[in-house]
Amino acid sequence: MPDDVEPGVATGAADDVPPVADDAAPETSADASGSAERGPVTWRELGHDFIRPGRGQVVLAAILLVVGMALVMQFRTNTAAAPYESLRRSDLVQLLDNLNQESRRLSEEITEQNELKQQLESGAGQEEVARKEAQARLETLRILAGTAPATGTGIVMVIQDPEGRMTADILLNAIEELRDAGAEVIEINDSIRVVASTWVTTGSDGILVDGRLVRTPITIEAIGDPHSLEEGARFRGGLVSEVEGQRVNGSVTITRSEKVTIASLHTAPTNQYARPA
Amino acid sequence: MLAILGLIVGIVLGIVLQPAVPSVLQPYLPIAIVAAMDALFGGARAYLERTFSDKVFVVSFFSNVLIAAVIVWVGDLIGVGAQLSTAVVVVLGIRIFTNAAAIRRVLVHA
Repeated sequence: MPDDVEPGVATGAADDVPPVADDAAPETSADASGSAERGPVTWRELGHDFIRPGRGQVVLAAILLVVGMALVMQFRTNTAAAPYESLRRSDLVQLLDNLNQESRRLSEEITEQNELKQQLESGAGQEEVARKEAQARLETLRILAGTAPATGTGIVMVIQDPEGRMTADILLNAIEELRDAGAEVIEINDSIRVVASTWVTTGSDGILVDGRLVRTPITIEAIGDPHSLEEGARFRGGLVSEVEGQRVNGSVTITRSEKVTIASLHTAPTNQYARPA
Repeated sequence: MLAILGLIVGIVLGIVLQPAVPSVLQPYLPIAIVAAMDALFGGARAYLERTFSDKVFVVSFFSNVLIAAVIVWVGDLIGVGAQLSTAVVVVLGIRIFTNAAAIRRVLVHA
């Protein structure tokens, strides 16, 4: 017996009982009981069978031929054919499912990114608009505060006061009348910009506006609707009648202009107490 | 000798003729080949143990191949084709190893 030194492998159970029942190997138990006594085939017998094949080998050859062909066929379809051709239908369906899911996910991502892009673009647009608005407001406020030069339609009013009886009251009234008539920018004597904090008083040498002496003739330039401004000065009991009346005995010349340019600036003081709320 | 010749002729025929597998049978051919290999190893073992019978061999060969293919086919029909083909391959693989071990023990006594 060849199997004296049998390693305890799990597969070793077969040698004591040669006709193993669970083998696909064809075991004809009737044959086996007769030939089993002679023991397994030896190498010499194998060589003999190799040179002089029996009937069994013809069958084996035929079957091996079929298997060989099948092997080649399978090998070729595996390598040459498209990788999906040999897949089962359920596998293909699952593959398709996965791809669909992936494509859905990706298209969702595209939509998201497009939305984000639009948001960013419109945000940039809004920012630009806000910036322009802020710039426009800044311009308006600077003109109002007198820190920027201004130009536009308006009037130039010259008050002649040969007798020197012009008073601060009359000048203040003149300014108020012009403001009532819609003057947006007012300048006195080409040098004093009239703003919200401007004050008018009578000093020892004459009329003071914002601490500066106003000499006659007084030139008042105002930007606004020329017609309204002139009417605002000329109305009965208004500036013109007051200046040309008995008390002052002066004269007023009003010139409408399509372009009045006011270049003098008011320097706004830094606020000591007030802060933006 | 004849057996090896048959195998070689089969491979050459497959290469030269390039037979196409019918697409219906295509998923079952690999399983059938594994089953055929199992039957071949079983046959070799039976020959070495002097229990070989060509009739039993032929019948077991074809029934093995057929049953393997049918199992996978049925699995495909009921939706567990992939799992069943794995099961068949695993079982046949174990049997091939068992038979190979028996053959080795007879031939090299180890």
